[in-house]
Amino acid sequence: MSDTTRILRLGHLYPSQMNIYGDRGNIVCLQRRCRLRGIELEVTGLKVGDVLRPDDFDLLFIGGAQDREQTLVCSDLAATKGALREAIDDGVVFLGVCGGYQLSGRFYRGADGVEMRGAGVFDLYTLHPGPHARRLIGNLAADWEGGSLAGFENHGGRTYLGSGCEPLARVLRGHGNDGDSGFEGAQYKNAFGSYLHGPILPKNPAFADRLLSLAMERRYGSGALSPLDDSLEQLAHASALKAR
Amino acid sequence: MATPRTLASIWAAKTAAAASRALRRGGGTAASGLVGLWLNPGLIHDLAAQLGEGCVVVTGTNGKTTTSLLISETARAAGLLPLANSSGSNLTRGIASALAMAVDADGGLDDAGRGLGVFEVDEATLTQALPELNPRVAVFTNLFRDQLDRYGEVDTVVARWRDVIANAPPELRLVLNADDPNVASLGKDRDGVTYFGVEDRNLDAGAPEHASDALFCRCGGRLEYAVAFYGHVGHWSCPSCGRIRPKPNIAARLIKLGDGHSARFQLESHGEKSTLQLGIGGLYNVYNALAAAAAAEALGLPRTALESSLTSTGAAFGRQEAFEVDGRRVEVYLGKNPAGLNQVLSTLLLDEARRTALIVLNDDIADGRDISWIWDADFEIAAGRLEHVIVSGTRAAEMALRLKYAEWYESTLEVVPDISAALASALGATPDGECLAVIPTYTAMLTVRELLAARAGKEPFWR
Repeated sequence: MSDTTRILRLGHLYPSQMNIYGDRGNIVCLQRRCRLRGIELEVTGLKVGDVLRPDDFDLLFIGGAQDREQTLVCSDLAATKGALREAIDDGVVFLGVCGGYQLSGRFYRGADGVEMRGAGVFDLYTLHPGPHARRLIGNLAADWEGGSLAGFENHGGRTYLGSGCEPLARVLRGHGNDGDSGFEGAQYKNAFGSYLHGPILPKNPAFADRLLSLAMERRYGSGALSPLDDSLEQLAHASALKAR
Repeated sequence: MATPRTLASIWAAKTAAAASRALRRGGGTAASGLVGLWLNPGLIHDLAAQLGEGCVVVTGTNGKTTTSLLISETARAAGLLPLANSSGSNLTRGIASALAMAVDADGGLDDAGRGLGVFEVDEATLTQALPELNPRVAVFTNLFRDQLDRYGEVDTVVARWRDVIANAPPELRLVLNADDPNVASLGKDRDGVTYFGVEDRNLDAGAPEHASDALFCRCGGRLEYAVAFYGHVGHWSCPSCGRIRPKPNIAARLIKLGDGHSARFQLESHGEKSTLQLGIGGLYNVYNALAAAAAAEALGLPRTALESSLTSTGAAFGRQEAFEVDGRRVEVYLGKNPAGLNQVLSTLLLDEARRTALIVLNDDIADGRDISWIWDADFEIAAGRLEHVIVSGTRAAEMALRLKYAEWYESTLEVVPDISAALASALGATPDGECLAVIPTYTAMLTVRELLAARAGKEPFWR
């Protein structure tokens, strides 16, 4: 089967605000893994004010940010990206990392007690226990679908899942969503949220391919992807898994 | 006259340093400073007060060590006796140690009247260090994201700096980078500010790099760049609130970066121009030279001393420092955050003969435990340029993966986590008479430097 003419459309939400912690590595990773398979990945940045329509993209990505930028994009999410939830209910693949994960929930209550409304992609909410609370920082390893996820987490907010979504992974070492439940990240349909940066996709190639496979299946009816030489990816994954 | 408590803390600090060296645990600056401050929390204040010429502090994300060295050498050329924490140990313990080592057992400083303290201070330590040192001049080089797990966000650092400046006496003179919007904003509503900046449109990169941390103004509007030099450093303005880059008092024009080993430029200070040849290369070092020139002016040091220091001073510790090993030249370029690493890469690519590099990524506390910053550095600019790259350090595999995704040919990459073995391999891969570029993170730099110093017969770093 030749993939040569296939195209996937990726919408990158707020690339100039939500780009802390090497998040662009996730885009670079998806682009390369598509290109090597003859799939063209068209990446479109969505700025504040750009209207999102539910059928515009096959994949959507939102990264993390500093508090100031997070506040800037938060009101825009409700104003011009209201179709996000509709797209996800329709099976569009979504990945939210760190701050982008928090803003994809129902709400985020900051250290100052001020509540920001989220995009409502996931049935979850995030509470920051206050300016003097310990941040959850460090390398994290988690059990994921018979394999593993590895990366670095750094968040003040504690995320609590409702019954409308599942945890993405189980923490083996590190803090995860709230430092207590043993859950890391969330999943609803083809939407995924995670605290892992590092960035998450290059050193977790199986997870990167899961996103691409779901998008291909939805768009073209088959999620089969040709294998790649992932020897360096596996070496990096192993190194991140054992990092203290 | 020193109090008994001060004398006891000086004695303890000196003893701790000697013990640390005897045990081969490095220079002992951390241990000695910690012991001294534990016995006398006012140690820095007590000893710094003796300096007849007062102090200057240098802070910012990148350029602290080199700028401090250039200021020290200018002071020396002007006949002063600079006292500095020159090995880059820039927390309060490092400053305390530098002071304790410089005084005699009675707590006195030789020729104290000519003494000028030149201290580089960690971005987050400024809040504690500034009131203790009570400097005449504070230099702010630039501000980029760096070790977010340790310093917090860029906005947090700016807010801290603002506070410490607001609480400083009005006599404190500020030296600010006009081209960095966050740094320049510190001069708002304050007298006695010297701004420095670059006036050379030929170095325009077209747009701010990805490694930019000031794309948005305090007012929320997006900044515009008439000229972008590197990161978010350039000729900026905010169309929303009208804030614009201050006109620099000290500027560099007609910059020639050559092959990256030196730089030539015209230094303009209040209308007076002279052409200088720096002993170190790259645009970032032109900025360091400007910061030093502005500091020299704020301190009232003569221009002849400045010019002689800028032309004759070589590399600082681990920053473009060169070693001769077995007929090969080895150059060490500390690279520890995206903006700094981009400058290092663009500088070393100026030399078209470069073929071999050793890149070392560690994730110790002093490096930052979080290594995701390597994805914010533009390794892409060096794709296909090097023939042999050895990747090392505690997170070697992940650095190699970054390079693979930057389209460095996988066949040119060799992963050797052990630094000593990696250095041997890199030296072996460097043909006789050629140059090996080493790009280490901070703790990796200390290890690499020690290995190289031993082989090249150089002094260890705590000298």
